Amino acid sequence: MAHAPAHVDPNADPVYFQYEDIDQQQETYIVGMWAFLVTEVMFFGALFLTYALYRWKYQGDFYHFHEQLSWKLGGINTTILLLSSLTAALAVHFAQKKKTKWQVGMLVLTILCAFGFLGVKTVEYGAKFEHHLFPNKSFVYGEAAHEAFEKEFGSHKPGTFTQIVEKLDGPEKHQEGNPARARLFFSMYFAMTGLHGVHVVVGIILFTALIYLIVRKAPTITDYIPTEMVCLYWHFVDLVWIFLYPLYYLIPK
Amino acid sequence: MSATAIPATQHHGEKKTYLTADHTIKSWLLTTDHKRIAVLYLISISIFFFAGSLAAGLIRYELTSPRGHLLSSEAYNKTFSAHGIIMIFFFLIPSIPATLGNFLIPLMIGARDLAFPRLNLLSWYLYSIAGVIALLAMAMGGVDAGWTFYTPLSSLYSNTQITLTLLAAFIAGFSSITTGVNFIATIHKMRAPGMTWFKLPLFVWAHYATSIIIILGTPVVAITLVLVIFERAFQIGIFSPELGGDPVLFQHLFWFYSHPAVYIMVLPGMGVISELISCFSRRPVFGYQFVAYSSMAIALLGFFVWGHHMFLSSQSTLLGVVFSFLSFVLAIPSAVKIFNWATTMYKGSIHFRTPMIYALAFMGLFVIGGLTGLYLAAIGTDVHLTGTYFIVAHFHYVMVGGAVTAFLGGVHFWWPKMFGRMYNEFLGKMSAIIIFVGFNLTFFPQFILGYLGMPRRYHLYYFAPEWQIYHVLSTAGSTVLGVGFLLPAFYLTYSLFKGPKAPKNPWGAKGLEWEETDPVPITENFDHKIVVTKPAYDYDAEEDSKLYEPEHKEEPALTGGKH
Amino acid sequence: MFQFPVMPPQASEWAFHYDLLFWGTSALAVFFTLVVGILVTVLAIKYRAGSKADRRNPIDHSNLLEMSWSLPPLVLAIGMFFWSATDFIQYRKMPEKASEIFVIGKQWMWHLQHMNGIRENNELHCVVGQPVKMTMISQDVIHAMYLPDFRAQFHVVPGRYTELTFTPTMTGKFRMLCAMHCGTQHSEMVGQVIVMSPKDYADWLAKDGNRFTPTALSMADAGKRLFTEKGCGNCHGGVDTERAPTLVGLFGKQRDFDNGEKVVADNEYVRESIVNPWRLINKGYTNTMPAYKGQITEEQVLDLMAYIKSISGSAANAPAEAAGRKPEGSIPGFAGPQNSTDAANRVESAGAAQFKQSENRP
Ligand code: HEA
Ligand code: HEA
Ligand code: HEC
Ligand code: CUA
Ligand SMILES: [Cu+2]
Repeated sequence: MAHAPAHVDPNADPVYFQYEDIDQQQETYIVGMWAFLVTEVMFFGALFLTYALYRWKYQGDFYHFHEQLSWKLGGINTTILLLSSLTAALAVHFAQKKKTKWQVGMLVLTILCAFGFLGVKTVEYGAKFEHHLFPNKSFVYGEAAHEAFEKEFGSHKPGTFTQIVEKLDGPEKHQEGNPARARLFFSMYFAMTGLHGVHVVVGIILFTALIYLIVRKAPTITDYIPTEMVCLYWHFVDLVWIFLYPLYYLIPK
Repeated sequence: MSATAIPATQHHGEKKTYLTADHTIKSWLLTTDHKRIAVLYLISISIFFFAGSLAAGLIRYELTSPRGHLLSSEAYNKTFSAHGIIMIFFFLIPSIPATLGNFLIPLMIGARDLAFPRLNLLSWYLYSIAGVIALLAMAMGGVDAGWTFYTPLSSLYSNTQITLTLLAAFIAGFSSITTGVNFIATIHKMRAPGMTWFKLPLFVWAHYATSIIIILGTPVVAITLVLVIFERAFQIGIFSPELGGDPVLFQHLFWFYSHPAVYIMVLPGMGVISELISCFSRRPVFGYQFVAYSSMAIALLGFFVWGHHMFLSSQSTLLGVVFSFLSFVLAIPSAVKIFNWATTMYKGSIHFRTPMIYALAFMGLFVIGGLTGLYLAAIGTDVHLTGTYFIVAHFHYVMVGGAVTAFLGGVHFWWPKMFGRMYNEFLGKMSAIIIFVGFNLTFFPQFILGYLGMPRRYHLYYFAPEWQIYHVLSTAGSTVLGVGFLLPAFYLTYSLFKGPKAPKNPWGAKGLEWEETDPVPITENFDHKIVVTKPAYDYDAEEDSKLYEPEHKEEPALTGGKH
Repeated sequence: MFQFPVMPPQASEWAFHYDLLFWGTSALAVFFTLVVGILVTVLAIKYRAGSKADRRNPIDHSNLLEMSWSLPPLVLAIGMFFWSATDFIQYRKMPEKASEIFVIGKQWMWHLQHMNGIRENNELHCVVGQPVKMTMISQDVIHAMYLPDFRAQFHVVPGRYTELTFTPTMTGKFRMLCAMHCGTQHSEMVGQVIVMSPKDYADWLAKDGNRFTPTALSMADAGKRLFTEKGCGNCHGGVDTERAPTLVGLFGKQRDFDNGEKVVADNEYVRESIVNPWRLINKGYTNTMPAYKGQITEEQVLDLMAYIKSISGSAANAPAEAAGRKPEGSIPGFAGPQNSTDAANRVESAGAAQFKQSENRP
């Protein structure tokens, strides 16, 4: 945001030429947004279905694998996201009340939460990498994983990410479960949380753009609808996590 | 700018059309005007159509001999895969929606543009990027897994350019999704005052139904393709039994989209046919509401029959029977459409212009294609026919005989509106007839081949020389068909430069796009405020036929246009 | 010079039912094609622009008409559905008594094993009038066993067994094709079914049959040998022990697992228990059994299965196989396989590498 681009013209008509009036424009935006969210639901839906199928097929194994995930870190992230949903909702509230300062403040808080979420995720992902649990060529699970881990770090000096996880959760548990299925579990884990993470990043970009436009007093943004739409998207991202958390972190025995 | 602010600037004839508003390349490549984007799409999909047809030509040439002529088996597999992938993802799915739909929906509902013009442009760019990637993949060695990408062949066993191709299909999917979202928002909220749902042209209804399928189905296949890409990259094991996965799961996810996708391909075509039949019969579409609702019924029911592609895949017999039943039920809305169109002609005043010939061809070919679909929906008959040329014949009848024919009919119908020029009517009729004849010659023998047991995707059939005659007939037919497809390419291009100027409404058609716009629409579509009072298809055959009474010598109803 | 065949031979019992169904559907299809075709043609001619037809008082919609052209097709469609579905269910019923053939599909050939140990590639010899039941699995990608002259087809999927049955009614040679795209040489994954009279079959068994089985071990005997070789017997004895449950009487028995699931032991389960034993652990045991995935071929799994079936007593589905030999027991003059001298050689020959695809091509 070093220099202002020319296209933000505070005097421009907030209604695009194809619309009759601001009401029509806003209603159209909302319909478009919901249609988009439907595609998102289907997008994740396919993954959840796949997950459900394998969880049903490999119940016992999935239970064992899930012990590799830190429910505490996941819990922290859930809290962070719930908090961010609250701030996002408040941002819309203040936008409707035209309290721009508060609105921007709430948006900034939401972005901070999003970064917090990504930070925790980095720790989790990092620990998985250190434990060879990312499903690439060096993936190992079970006894072999411990050996590989100890060879890499020595038994006393684990990598930073692992250290953080251990502080919270104690040393990583001794695994069980069929190693032949572990790759499947962790692939699904990375695919689903990864896709969710991408959505979080997109959310951050959207929020940043929104704040930028609000601060520049872009005419199309004077209204609360753009804020509401970005926040709608954000609630959806939260909602996905609300499903992901129990499915991955809280598998009952 | 708001509504009333558009001044009726210049005088008739002097006005700048959307085509002449600006001439720079940049003005085309960065345009957000739906009509220009439609033209961009028309150019791109035509390129892909001819690329795909080239592959088809190669397939047909190769199959005239039981042992092939030119290609190795590997090259043959790559050829039919390229043919299927290009034709489905890069030609047929975007064909009608992205060209005619894009161009006409705002005009038909009285809007100045689609709801999200920049998203529309993005859609074209996504499509183009995807297309370039797909062509690149084919140039870099091609793919050999067919357009269906069945795992584990595609995920672990094939070492061709699958990843790149899947990526291309994935991106093309997003292009499709953006179009779908755009159409839905537009049709919901951008209708001119007075344009109620039941005054909408059926073309718009068909696109609405199509868009619903797109937004519900495409994301599923997109994520599935991504999983296959991951599986290839990281040996994940979602679809590979070696790694604990289930190869049939892929088929479920794939067909969950790809069965509804066949309606993405044909519903817009059905929309076109509604317009053509009513215009050239001078009658409102019979049973308008039934035709509109049947589109919605097809869109929704279409999501519950995907398993009919998997009768023998090892899914349970019970599941197969249920899918079979639902497939039969799904045939009824199509039947409703066919009979309503036929009845539309009753007491009409039928003009056999080029688009109408296409529409009649559609009726014949789609019915054959659809009815042969029943052999496949019947779980008992499918056991012998699945995986054979019977399937190939079935889907070419519905896709080429149905959707492509409708597309060509639509292009001929709206050509004067899009480009302001008339094409040669005689050549138009000739090519429609050539296509009809060539098409049947190409694909009818394939039904017999399939019943005889010729599996599809077979390069060689030296073990069954008695099949050759049908392959030769089919290839002969495809040559005729090829001529039929090439002719329009020539005379339509020619008409752009040398064709006579088209009058505002050469067919005397009803609908906002004909009655309320300039001969070639201006960038803002309308220079006045639109308020709709008349119902859709306000034709009167009786009036029309009166024009034929002795005092009128010329054919007067359809003004202008050489024929 | 050219012939125009319109029907493949009707070489199985099912083929007759099938063709009835096929031509029945065709009657329906032709009927509706004609209805629409004639309707459109007549209307197009009668109401062509300028014709003198009466165009007064047109109607735009009629619920009666809508019903009259959507309900009858619906009824016909549902009738069609019932016919075809009942036929299909009948067709998918596996016969109680049949010659069991085990089929392994691999890129790009068919490998077939008879219970008596005969192994064939891209060829199946069978007896006219005797039901054949194929148990099929793929070693790599999905294939489809397609026997057009018997109107029989089913997919051959990696990781699970599928079944296909037919009863040939004609002697002769019939095509065996692969109808699922499986890679480069998909169109060369073809073979034939050779249907013989009982007498010819017996002759063939005596002369050529054993050409394919130099060691002439029945599947169950081969499995028994494998069982010792792979050390299964070290853990699995005649009775349940601390180390492992016994496999005697396993087939058809209900198994209880530590995660609460229950399963009746069948082909699928036994295969999983050998290649991936840790998915389901029997109550009272742990995952001590090694996973044999990658260490034994699908052929060997089939042999082991045949052996385990043979020691499963009357619970096994086909009593004839319990003895481990003579599945085609009704055939006169068939003395049963001889035991071989070189067992190691035989086990080798079950491996994929040994089978060259070119030999048996027509
Ligand atoms: C535009 C594309 C399109 C359309 C519209 C259709 C329409 C239909 N299709 Fe088709 N189909 C494909 C494209 C299409 N299909 C493709 C591409 C494949 C192969 C994919 C692959 O494997 O590569 C395929 C494969 C396919 C299969 C799988 C076969 C197999 O692999 O084993 C089946 C099975 O049920 C099927 C059924 C049907 C049915 C019941 C309809 C129905 O919607 C048809 C309805 C229409 C009518 C019935 C005609 C009009 C009605 C009347 C005149 C009244 C009389 C009616 C009755 C008595 C009911 N199709
Ligand atoms: C919109 C979709 C579409 C269209 C328009 C077509 C058009 C044609 N298709 Fe296609 N086809 C598919 C979709 C389509 N197809 C799909 C999805 C498959 C399945 C793929 C798979 O199994 O994965 C398939 C498979 C397929 C097969 C089966 C291959 C196999 O299983 O081994 C055959 C065989 O005859 C075939 C033939 C044709 C022919 C003759 C045309 C004709 O209509 C084309 C007519 C045009 C021409 C003949 C060329 C025009 C002239 C030129 C471009 C000039 C240059 C030409 C030459 C030098 C020859 N197609
Ligand atoms: C190290 C000991 C060991 C060896 C060697 C061994 N198994 Fe097992 N097997 C077990 C145990 C323990 C179980 C029970 C736990 C389970 O259900 O997985 C078992 C279960 C089975 C089962 C399922 C039986 C049931 O009662 O449900 C089958 C079938 C089987 N084994 C076959 C084999 C075959 C074939 C081999 C040799 C190729 C083999 N086993 C080698 C220990 C062994
Ligand atoms: Cu095996 Cu095709
Ligand atoms: Cu389908």
